[in-house]
Amino acid sequence: MGDLKKLSAKIRLEVCKMLKHRGFGHLGGSLSIVETLSVLYGDVMKINPLNPNWEGRDWFVLSKGHAGPALYATLAVKEYFPVEMLNTLNDNSTRIPSHPDRLKTPGVDVTTGSLGQGISLAVGIAKSFRMSQKSNRVYSIVGDGECNEGQVWEAFQFAAHHRLSNLIIFIDENHKQLDGPTKDIVNPFDIKEKLEAFGFVVKRVKGNDESEIKKAVLEMFEVQDKACCIILDTVKGQGIEYFETLADNHHIRFSGESEFQLDLAIEKLKQELESEGRLCNLF
Amino acid sequence: MQFILAEKQQPKELRAVYQETLMELMKENVNVVVCDADLVNASGTTKLFETYPDRCINMGISEANMIGASCGMSLTGKIPFVHTFAPFATRRAFDQLYLSGGYQQANIRIFGSDPGFWALHNGGTHTSVEDLALTRAIPQLTVIAPADAVQFKWVLNNTVNWYGMYYFRCARKAVPDIYSDASVFEIGRGNVLYEGSDIAIFAIGEMIAEAIKAREILKVYGLSTAVIDMFTVKPLDEDLVKTVSKGKKVVITAENHSKIGGLGSAVAEVLAENPIKAPLIRVAIQDHFGEVGTQDYLKDKFGLNAEAIVNGALRALDISVSM
Repeated sequence: MGDLKKLSAKIRLEVCKMLKHRGFGHLGGSLSIVETLSVLYGDVMKINPLNPNWEGRDWFVLSKGHAGPALYATLAVKEYFPVEMLNTLNDNSTRIPSHPDRLKTPGVDVTTGSLGQGISLAVGIAKSFRMSQKSNRVYSIVGDGECNEGQVWEAFQFAAHHRLSNLIIFIDENHKQLDGPTKDIVNPFDIKEKLEAFGFVVKRVKGNDESEIKKAVLEMFEVQDKACCIILDTVKGQGIEYFETLADNHHIRFSGESEFQLDLAIEKLKQELESEGRLCNLF
Repeated sequence: MQFILAEKQQPKELRAVYQETLMELMKENVNVVVCDADLVNASGTTKLFETYPDRCINMGISEANMIGASCGMSLTGKIPFVHTFAPFATRRAFDQLYLSGGYQQANIRIFGSDPGFWALHNGGTHTSVEDLALTRAIPQLTVIAPADAVQFKWVLNNTVNWYGMYYFRCARKAVPDIYSDASVFEIGRGNVLYEGSDIAIFAIGEMIAEAIKAREILKVYGLSTAVIDMFTVKPLDEDLVKTVSKGKKVVITAENHSKIGGLGSAVAEVLAENPIKAPLIRVAIQDHFGEVGTQDYLKDKFGLNAEAIVNGALRALDISVSM
């Protein structure tokens, strides 16, 4: 197991434990971005967990804010805050509310949750760095269901027009949204073709493959004057077979079989990491 | 705070004030950024875009993205001044103002131009009679209705140095001068322009001039009228509302906005929560949409003039006498 695979397993484990503790949450869309977060926070992003507001850092905007638990798990594993804090998800007066809040959580750069708004904030941040000729990069993950929002396309136009190659937009194409398959709700057609028509450089990768994701990011670093998008081919509930195939897997209230399967997944992930002999100090 | 009333009328277009003031601010502060949504010609900021092309952004006709991206820029230290017509700055991009702006504690200034009847021949689709109601409902957002060119300039020059979300609503065209150049104001404090013992008129924007006219007419009836500029609609100067209203025979509010949710509502809230017995008359647009028309036609149609204020006062006084 490579380092990034291990990091992904740790993040996935913490997401599961967090939602198990809470009893419910956005499991599907959190798990589909685990490998991407692993690549970003484990490799390509310039960060300083001891000083989350470090001026030289790269910024991350989770436009699909309902995947907050995945971001919190990543930040905890990267030691932005104690991992015990993950058990406070959605508690009264918690520092980790369901959707990311920059005023509450160390390491959260931008407040998101109302779909479509995060990507506008991200293009603004990227444009600002351009204006100031700063080298900070911006990364943002947009949901495929989120692309129903008109504001997303306003922001994409802006990124393309201003050739914001310092911003890498990921679209988490997990093919499902709250009410069902994206193609049945509002057909997204071919997102890659659409983005290319908007003037983007677009790569499509397997969203559960860290090395593919990293390779795509490094390729985007070579782009000088065009907007960049990486489409992540993923599934909701990624990495846990039962949840991948569960029909209603956007937001799960765990009980009976789903709780049993979550427990199994937690044990399996723990064993995987233990068998590596490099248990993180998180459990 | 020290303001001086204007002696001569040399009204200046407020969009000219916007451009000239921002030209200075952009020169002094490299973090000032100007954004517009395909209304650069309308807001009169063409010279800014020519002089500072790297810090002026025409966002195109995409107000939601303009508010969101501007908030994003502010998180990295920029100070965006954002303009579009009042309905598009507020009604259309409300959730962006609320979440990307207010909830996130971003730092932008929004100039929503041509509120109320100022939409003129753009008509009902471009008329905002609810922008104050909407912006007042966003926690911690400061809502300002500049009275004239002098005050608008002061507001722009001062708020640039403060962190937070600010909404300015006023016409692009010239409005009557109220203040002399040397006037100094304070956000959150109303200005008593004229003292009076019988009636208090709390007014904003272009309705201040109408209130002053009404004051003269009411003198004929032997009535002494105070006129107060409540340019900061939020946070409202509640102490001043209480102090001035106490003992008055009638309190009047005057605004180029719906009677629902604007200055009249804000003053009513203060009066209702305090032992002040004066009847309240809200001179405002009734629960109606806008329409096309000239300024005189629309002011008459909506009842936004000195006559409406006087009639309201007399009506209220008759009622109060009969009680």
